[in-house]
Amino acid sequence: MRELTYAAAVSEGLREEMERDERVFLIGEDIGSVREADDLFAEFRKRGVWQTPISESGFTGLAVGAAAAGLRPVVEIMYCDFVTVAMDQICNQAAKLHLMSGGTVKVPMVIRTPAGCGTREGGHHSQSLEAWFVHTPGLKVVMPSTPADVKGLMKSSIRDDGPVVFIQHRLLHPVTGPVPDGEHLVPLGSADVKREGTDITVVAVSYAVLKALQAAEALEGEVSVEVVDPRTLVPLDLDTILASVGKTGRLLVVHEAPERGGIGSEIVRQVAEQGFDLLQAPPRVLGSRNIPMPYSPVLEDACIPQAGDIVRVVREMVA
Amino acid sequence: MHDAALMKGMLLRMYRIRFFEERLKQFYDYRGFFAPTTAEGEARSADDLLTCVSYEFASDGMIGGAVHLSIGQEAVPVGVCSTLRDTDWVASTHRGHGHAIAKGADLKRTLAELMGRETGHSRGCGGSMHIFAPEIGLLGGNGIVGAGMPIALGPAFAAKYRGEDGVSVAFFGDGAANQGTFNESLNLAAIWKLPVLFVCENNLWANATPYGIAFHTHDIADRASGYGIPGMAVDGQDVLAMYDAAKTAVDRARAGDGPTLIEAKTYRFEGHCGASSGHQDPETCAEWMKRDPIRLLEERVLADGVMSLQDVQDVQDGVKREVDDAEEYAKASPLPDPVCLDALAG
Repeated sequence: MRELTYAAAVSEGLREEMERDERVFLIGEDIGSVREADDLFAEFRKRGVWQTPISESGFTGLAVGAAAAGLRPVVEIMYCDFVTVAMDQICNQAAKLHLMSGGTVKVPMVIRTPAGCGTREGGHHSQSLEAWFVHTPGLKVVMPSTPADVKGLMKSSIRDDGPVVFIQHRLLHPVTGPVPDGEHLVPLGSADVKREGTDITVVAVSYAVLKALQAAEALEGEVSVEVVDPRTLVPLDLDTILASVGKTGRLLVVHEAPERGGIGSEIVRQVAEQGFDLLQAPPRVLGSRNIPMPYSPVLEDACIPQAGDIVRVVREMVA
Repeated sequence: MHDAALMKGMLLRMYRIRFFEERLKQFYDYRGFFAPTTAEGEARSADDLLTCVSYEFASDGMIGGAVHLSIGQEAVPVGVCSTLRDTDWVASTHRGHGHAIAKGADLKRTLAELMGRETGHSRGCGGSMHIFAPEIGLLGGNGIVGAGMPIALGPAFAAKYRGEDGVSVAFFGDGAANQGTFNESLNLAAIWKLPVLFVCENNLWANATPYGIAFHTHDIADRASGYGIPGMAVDGQDVLAMYDAAKTAVDRARAGDGPTLIEAKTYRFEGHCGASSGHQDPETCAEWMKRDPIRLLEERVLADGVMSLQDVQDVQDGVKREVDDAEEYAKASPLPDPVCLDALAG
């Protein structure tokens, strides 16, 4: 199978959907000249790429209305942190129009945004805010970790009839991996077992999948770690997670967002309610510290879960 | 009309900003931040991972992340801040080194902040975009475009609330003028006559978006009339013109007559971020560089006989030594101990 970077794979998915469906267009800041190197923007400039002023609330709202009027916008928010500026349009408008209209209005839009730490950019350019959207009924939340998944899930998200928040960890962009030729769709609500194991289930989200796999490989021969990537947080494929916990009896959830009120808490809640008897040990969550992200790399690294932290906690849990 | 001490002081501060930012180019490295390694090299075993560090750069003083240079725009913060007192407040932007230094930030502690050191103005927690120094009225840079404008209303409100004559400055770019906060802030300041200067640094680029595709009008200053406040479009390369405009606005604010919108027409000589060339057309950039704000003031002080060439050289040499000292200080400063976060966690 051919190899693509995560960034190229998502561009390919966007291109295919724009070719397939004239209603699909891209809108956001700097999606013109800054990425002239990306054929996507040159190719679709006339019809489908709208470079905006810095007005997140304005163009996100425009997309909500355009979606209601029958188009299929893909909104780009340059950093996940900047969604705060457009939060009313996302959480009060996009998420609610379907219900408030009694189902007569649909909002088929994708809000696509890079997130996460690692590039040392401080408190306003480092966050993973998926929990806010998980907590907002009416939104779907997608966080792919591989090039194949990001392509297949972008295509499914664009075809979905509701608003989808699509979060890409920025450190994943240069990562390469196999991507199937031809039409490749990954359905929303389908988890993927990224590595099989028998001693413990590590459910990891986004870039944490890579760290979990690194830890699992390093622990090979000592602890057999199964790594499950939910890929979409809403809808959540609980069946795959329960099947894995049924096999291993242990559950650790890893994500880069703060631990408190994060997706880890939600996954542990659902497993506790529906699979309590499967657990042979208390489940745990490894997220970032409950603190705004500091700049200094030594501080940032200390705040977010590293592969070494996963090794440490896995050892504690199987001891 | 402008006294010699003022002109000398402004030249000194412009050199500080320029030489500081020129020096940053030597340290900027966006690459070295990703590969987790142990002290001995690549992490392989589970035990390696436990001792992993991913900040090897830290020891040699490299700076990562987003560093936005304001080279070419120095006349704006220097002209404006030269009209302020230490007790007046400034809310800055992502491109904020100039605002910080013009307001009196220490070069040593500013560079230490960028190098992520414990001795930085924000103790290594802020970085380039978040330099805070409340003791000199610096309310921080900001990573959210347009967020500083409403924040700047606060100290102005507080001054009015307490019956004091303090003022507050919101620096922001042309990009921020298209955020909703622009409208909300100018209207609030206008209806309550808050002592605020809204200083728009129109450098004609919002990251990689040129002014021409983001605005339908020529002057952002024109918008002031929509709020019933004065608006001035000023040559942002001319520090004396900036000083005069700011002085008028500050006097007005201190007298209780409310806010002013100042649009500084300026240009970003560097790229949006990091030590790379920008999206600007090189010919346009070269045209603007002919009106380098520092050269304009040098010519003026020489022509007016305020300083000799030797005086100018001496000031430059002095600032270069300040930057050398800052580099030495920052590199020798300790990295923060993550234990410091215990007091900051919430």
